[in-house]
Amino acid sequence: MAIEVRIPTILRTHTGGAKTVEGTGDTLDDLFRDIDSRHPGLRGRLVTEDGGLHRFVNVYVNDEDVRFTGSLETKLADGDSVTILPAVAGGALGFAAAAAIGHHRAADAAVPADSPGTTTR
Amino acid sequence: MLRLGRAIHDAIVAHARRDHPDEACGVVAGPVASDSAVRFIPMINAERSPTFYRFDSMEQLRVWREMDDRDERPVVIYHSHTATEAYPSRTDISLASEPDAHYVLVSTREPGTVEFRSFLIRDGVVTEEPVEILDPAVDQHAVQTYMFGQTPTSVVYDCPSGN
Repeated sequence: MAIEVRIPTILRTHTGGAKTVEGTGDTLDDLFRDIDSRHPGLRGRLVTEDGGLHRFVNVYVNDEDVRFTGSLETKLADGDSVTILPAVAGGALGFAAAAAIGHHRAADAAVPADSPGTTTR
Repeated sequence: MLRLGRAIHDAIVAHARRDHPDEACGVVAGPVASDSAVRFIPMINAERSPTFYRFDSMEQLRVWREMDDRDERPVVIYHSHTATEAYPSRTDISLASEPDAHYVLVSTREPGTVEFRSFLIRDGVVTEEPVEILDPAVDQHAVQTYMFGQTPTSVVYDCPSGN
């Protein structure tokens, strides 16, 4: 038995349009590496170069947000269902600008990980 | 062009006013195969901030599953700016993740004026589109079948680019 992964619209370019793919792994990190071997580039949309989960991607194992269950180290079992949803977020003030002026508690952690010239965490 | 019923337009504006000075956010869902925004779903702004919004991740999972079950998609994703114009910020553009959605922005910076605009955001490119507000041609409380075959009255707010 495998683990089913639900893919959001914006990432289906990596799965040939498929809404769900299957993979295996003892942890979420293993699963993403396994899927990436058949759907190249997918892992790069979910995991930063530092090896952390992208801040603006929500990943759920069954009904749990993995941010509360160990992020990429979250343990998986056969039959689990993984859902990926891009965060719906934004706002009037640029996150980078906000970080620069220390305006908001979330700001320094909220820079999109793929922004040039910025660092996360 | 975004076509939106008067009641939903008014509900979005009321939500934005209610949460001012924090940003308000939400979704209007509609059938997958259509471009029709019919089910208004106000969302919690997990940031509770005047300058940021982010859907609460657990509420988002619940709402997205519900849309899946009903064969719906997020036709409109809306949020408010509370001190600046109703135009996507750099943050809005870089985080836009639904290429098929109409991104509606409402500005509540002027208490007496409604700024209500709609944009497509695809691959970092913003395209403004006109918003057409549909008024039911008959009494809103009338039985819906009375509207069959009638043309709704409408007001078109054209955007400067005219597309």
